Amino acid sequence: MLELEARAEPSRLMSWASPLLAVALTLAGGMVIFTALGKDPAEGFRIFFLNPVKDLYGVSELLLKATPLMLCAIGLAIGFRANVWNIGAEGQFMLGAVAATGVALSFDGTESALLLPAMVLAGALGGAAWAAIPALLRTRFNANEILVSLMLVYVAQLFVSWLVFGPWKDPDGFNFPQTRMFSDAALMPMMLEGTRLHFGFVLALAVLVAGYAFMNRSFAGFRMRVAGEAPDAARYAGFSAQRMVWIGLLLGGAAAGLAGMGEVAGPMGQLTDKVGSGYGFAAIIVAFVGRLNAFGILLASLLMALLYIGGEQAQQYLNLPSSISMVFQGMLLFFLLGSDVFIHYRLRLRRRAPQSD
Amino acid sequence: MPNQPTPSSLPHLPSDAPRLQLRGIGKVYPGVVANEGVDLAVQPGEIRAVLGENGAGKSTLMKIIYGVTRPSSGHLFWEGTEVHVENPAHARSLGIGMVFQHFSLFETLSVVENVALALPGAPALDALAQRITEVSERYGLPVDPRRRVHALSVGERQRVEIIRCLLQNPRLLIMDEPTSVLTPQAVRKLFATLRQLSAEGCSILYISHKLDEIQELCHTATVLRGGKVTGECIPAQETPQSMARMMIGKDLPHCVHGAARTDGELRLRLAGLSHASEDPFGTDLEDIHLDVRAGEIVGIAGVSGNGQQELLRAISGEEVLAEKFPVQICGVEAGRLKPAERRRLGLCFVPEERLGRGAVPGMSLADNALLTAARGQGMLAGGFVRFARARDFARQCIAAFNVKCGGPDAAAKSLSGGNLQKFIVGREILQAPRLLVCAQPTWGVDVGAATFIRQSLIDLRDRGCAVLVISEELDELFEICDRIAVIAQGRLSPTRPAGTTTLEDIGVWMSGMWPAADLEHQPPAGMPTEPADA
Repeated sequence: MLELEARAEPSRLMSWASPLLAVALTLAGGMVIFTALGKDPAEGFRIFFLNPVKDLYGVSELLLKATPLMLCAIGLAIGFRANVWNIGAEGQFMLGAVAATGVALSFDGTESALLLPAMVLAGALGGAAWAAIPALLRTRFNANEILVSLMLVYVAQLFVSWLVFGPWKDPDGFNFPQTRMFSDAALMPMMLEGTRLHFGFVLALAVLVAGYAFMNRSFAGFRMRVAGEAPDAARYAGFSAQRMVWIGLLLGGAAAGLAGMGEVAGPMGQLTDKVGSGYGFAAIIVAFVGRLNAFGILLASLLMALLYIGGEQAQQYLNLPSSISMVFQGMLLFFLLGSDVFIHYRLRLRRRAPQSD
Repeated sequence: MPNQPTPSSLPHLPSDAPRLQLRGIGKVYPGVVANEGVDLAVQPGEIRAVLGENGAGKSTLMKIIYGVTRPSSGHLFWEGTEVHVENPAHARSLGIGMVFQHFSLFETLSVVENVALALPGAPALDALAQRITEVSERYGLPVDPRRRVHALSVGERQRVEIIRCLLQNPRLLIMDEPTSVLTPQAVRKLFATLRQLSAEGCSILYISHKLDEIQELCHTATVLRGGKVTGECIPAQETPQSMARMMIGKDLPHCVHGAARTDGELRLRLAGLSHASEDPFGTDLEDIHLDVRAGEIVGIAGVSGNGQQELLRAISGEEVLAEKFPVQICGVEAGRLKPAERRRLGLCFVPEERLGRGAVPGMSLADNALLTAARGQGMLAGGFVRFARARDFARQCIAAFNVKCGGPDAAAKSLSGGNLQKFIVGREILQAPRLLVCAQPTWGVDVGAATFIRQSLIDLRDRGCAVLVISEELDELFEICDRIAVIAQGRLSPTRPAGTTTLEDIGVWMSGMWPAADLEHQPPAGMPTEPADA
């Protein structure tokens, strides 16, 4: 008989091995799916996981995709560590994009070098402002931030649609739901000639380092960890629970807003109603696969980016539906949660109770 | 309690099979051996004490008998035949009842509804209420079956638990530390009930670490230490000292306690503190007055759930008051200050829950040092943590308070209760507080650590700190306090010098019956000596 037996203490090894195990199981699951769909699993594996990174351009695309993921995930991780469950990074991402677009359109035609920094600031503030709504409702009325932040994603989506179908629609855009293309001064400088990789990636790495310093070195980060692990101890020590909610949501919102700014000022070059492409939701998985740790999030965002691009490749070359990416994301989270059980438990093979002797 | 009658001799001790017999019972948890080779037998009508310190394996053993956990080895015989107790329902069907230390009652339901939930099937409530009344009259356990549990005192709730067991006509009743929530007077009544049950042939396993109670009540005793049986005795023929030696392996240590100063400066003043509890089933504080001066230890006694939690939160700042003046710390009106601001005035606080409140279970001792000592001990630099300082401070606590652990990086939850409590007390004391508030300083702590902690509090007092101790252990309060007050139903009695007060007086006061403040120095004349309830 197989039994789950509580470990005397959580396994350190398992807490890092668990994401790797989840990745392996996801790959195995993927092979099964390819086979079931009548595709050669080896070919599927090659196209899904190797094709995307076969050349420099592929790698640059991978880093480009990973940029918004790691930004959103590091911001979420700060809140998650304090049990502040911001599920609405997607909405904060869109509002960051909207705010940055607002600045770009208002100063259209300017050559000023200050435009881009102003857009960065606007993006972060836009995301933070959107996250301030659940923070306010949570601290004032004890409204559940999971529900409020999630609902606000749909509000954000409708708001973006209204902007690009209405006041911000490009007059020369043949009625497409999109704004004018940004002027050069409002676009992120490129990092590599001939690719779409822009300096937002460097910005994201800097935010990761800052996130690490905040979470692991600062007293505020320590207080957040205490609040997450033992709320009564935080109250005893005098760490304000309300401030934790505010910090968690505002930093998460700012990081997601920054990611949104990077998208409109980077690969898109304009705001469209398709700006939210699920990065904010995928970042939740990234944060957990990365163990809410800055370095882990860096690796996990690369993996998640690979799943995105691999899904597109599978669509192109294997004739599979685009939802294949979502299936892989779902499997990854599913297997991760399953593997995490073994941090606190171990599997033991055991005969019937020892009394029957 | 001195001068108590010794237990009556056993009603009848048939020589055939005992009611319950354990042979070589062992229980191994991952990394911990809770019981090893335990032999124990209870005869019909016998009241047997299971004596041992916290962590000696008493509770695990009882859970095995009651079917909550299974033994890893050994045999269990019920009235002569071997049984494997599968679960508590099986235990009840055999005739085993258990009253747990922590009650399992639904507060929003009535007594009869709570009892009905524990019985098989769906008994008719009217008939059941009738039976409850019968049982409660027969055993002197007055309780109204129609009342809701949240309106009952702790003593009454315990009666409900006992009645619930008695309705199933048990032949063995297990009582887990039943007196920790009772006043001395209520303890006497409980003992009368237990003696009556014993006379009717019901066996009782009585778990406790209180030697005087065991001497008064129990026919026989089995002593556990470190999960093993270290001795059996007839308590009436032993002295508390000889039983203590069996229990802890050495003599009971005692604290050295000089006279207190009475002229120290005022460090804590509660000036008419009233506060409604956040918890709907909590206790509201009513007009509490108390002064604590430098160089003295003031104790607050009381049965748990009489407002201790609320009072502590109001003093620590975990619950901020509406007004400033009711709580004055070192001369500052602090009612509206937050915990960290009160700490800056010189307040340190040891809460009663160690894991989860006094310390973060999964964090290292160094991180736990940061919890309250970060600002006062220079562990911060521009918003960043100086981890080396935190480790140094944790190391100091470990050395000065003799904490047995794997060093400053050991997780708080890896320490035993006594060692973690020593660390927390050490962390607060080493910050050189002007006022220390300490709740249940030795709750669930082994005797050696308890004595060490009590002595540390006395030494702190002698260095000129004001100390306020809130405890349910009367013996502890009498051992360390200079003055004692009692909290009951959210009101605080006047204080009395510990040296001229008796346990009996405090027991009466614990039922909320103390003379009015202007009669403070007169004996409680005309008070009933056996108050209705705690």
